[in-house]
Amino acid sequence: MKFTEEHEWLRIEGDVVVVGITEHAAEQLGDVVFVELPETDQEVAKDDEVVVIESVKAASDILAPIDGEIVEVNTMLVDEPGKVNDDAQGDAWFFKMKPADLSQMDEMMDEAAYKAFIG
Amino acid sequence: MSDLKRTGLYDIHVELGAKMVPFAGYDMPVQYPLGVMKEHIHTRTSAGLFDVSHMGQVLLRPKSGDVADAALALESLVPVSLLALKEGRQRYAMFTNDAGGITDDLMVANRGDHLFVVVNAACKGADIAHMQANLSDMCEIEVIEDRALLALQGPLAEAVLAAIAPVAEMKFMDVAIVGSDFGDLWVSRSGYSGEDGYEVSVSNDQAAAFARALLATDGVEPIGLGARDSLRLEAGLCLYGNDIDETTSPVEGAIEWAIQKVRRNGGERAGGFPGADRILNELENGAARRRVGILPDGRAPMRAHTLLFADETSDTTIGEITSGAFGPTIERPMSMGYVTTEHAATGNTIYAEVRGKRLPATVADMPFRPSTYKR
Repeated sequence: MKFTEEHEWLRIEGDVVVVGITEHAAEQLGDVVFVELPETDQEVAKDDEVVVIESVKAASDILAPIDGEIVEVNTMLVDEPGKVNDDAQGDAWFFKMKPADLSQMDEMMDEAAYKAFIG
Repeated sequence: MSDLKRTGLYDIHVELGAKMVPFAGYDMPVQYPLGVMKEHIHTRTSAGLFDVSHMGQVLLRPKSGDVADAALALESLVPVSLLALKEGRQRYAMFTNDAGGITDDLMVANRGDHLFVVVNAACKGADIAHMQANLSDMCEIEVIEDRALLALQGPLAEAVLAAIAPVAEMKFMDVAIVGSDFGDLWVSRSGYSGEDGYEVSVSNDQAAAFARALLATDGVEPIGLGARDSLRLEAGLCLYGNDIDETTSPVEGAIEWAIQKVRRNGGERAGGFPGADRILNELENGAARRRVGILPDGRAPMRAHTLLFADETSDTTIGEITSGAFGPTIERPMSMGYVTTEHAATGNTIYAEVRGKRLPATVADMPFRPSTYKR
């Protein structure tokens, strides 16, 4: 698993990359009450805003961590946004991407580095 | 940050693991480890303890010794009948300005030989100065600095507090001074959550022990400002500074129910408060805009300052959301805000612009969740 400074995690699963937010991020957001997912089969560029997530506190965006195509979204989160708080790094993934260039993940943090990053 | 004031319960908040935030000049708990959603639900199903010590507590003692004189004096600042307020009862009121706007909302209690007033934290300095400037001829104005204020809200509140002091017989908006192991408690059966419950003023030197005794009782959890906001919003209660302020009149703010007939045109003590011309006129003829409940049709919350439109395309706004959040008990997003009167009818569809998209919402009656006051 790789981690970004935007508190996303990325996991390679066959030829796609699964993306979610970290438990730390979910805890900071507080109870999640709304998730708006992107359309599938669309090309996105790194740092495009692809997901809107609203907690009891505020709205925030999730950015595409790499270039590629959104191939699947986790529609369960639309009906059960609270899953993000229950299982952020497991069942509550947000979308799967077909990466344009996997080497974009090379510079990302591993789990130890992410733990150091969040202190 | 260092100039933030602390309430007498600060150490308890920190000990309980609260996330502290600046609020109205105080360092206050926004949530505890339970989290906003569970704190909200807990208050509705058991009992929640809130620290509201940042609010202002003031006694108005009539120089004549007759509480009616204090009531009449305060009536010169609020459009509410206080002369009719019976001993042991409390009433909601609002300070108005010469333009008919609201400078704060408050609770006024008749305690026999004086009035007890509770005002909002953010406004208390201005409110006290306002009362000193206008009421000093008739009243001694005593600002209470040595007492904390706690709210215990929810279906278990009565049983929990009745184990400490004789409060079970009180009805909604009754007030009493009752003895306890924690000294005299100034109790009102009221609150701001839409639940039955109490607000209790307790001396600072007993406040921590009193709070610990309540928290040691089964079913009582500490509740932060986050859940306080979603609770009051589900209950349709307006928050001063968000939903009403100096630019909104009581009629626009839909709180004219607090203005009794005796202070309206044709009443025995009609007018005689700041902004009376405008407010009396609006009471008869309505205002151009109105605070209403708004339920988004979809799941996206519509938060404060979101602009409202009559349809999906027009450029002209019809109003703005003033409070918006997810309602944990009603399990859907909810908002309140102002719309022009022609769009204010219950059931009317309006559109809110959220992240560049016009999303439909419906004007709805409040409270969104029926309140459970013990009347």
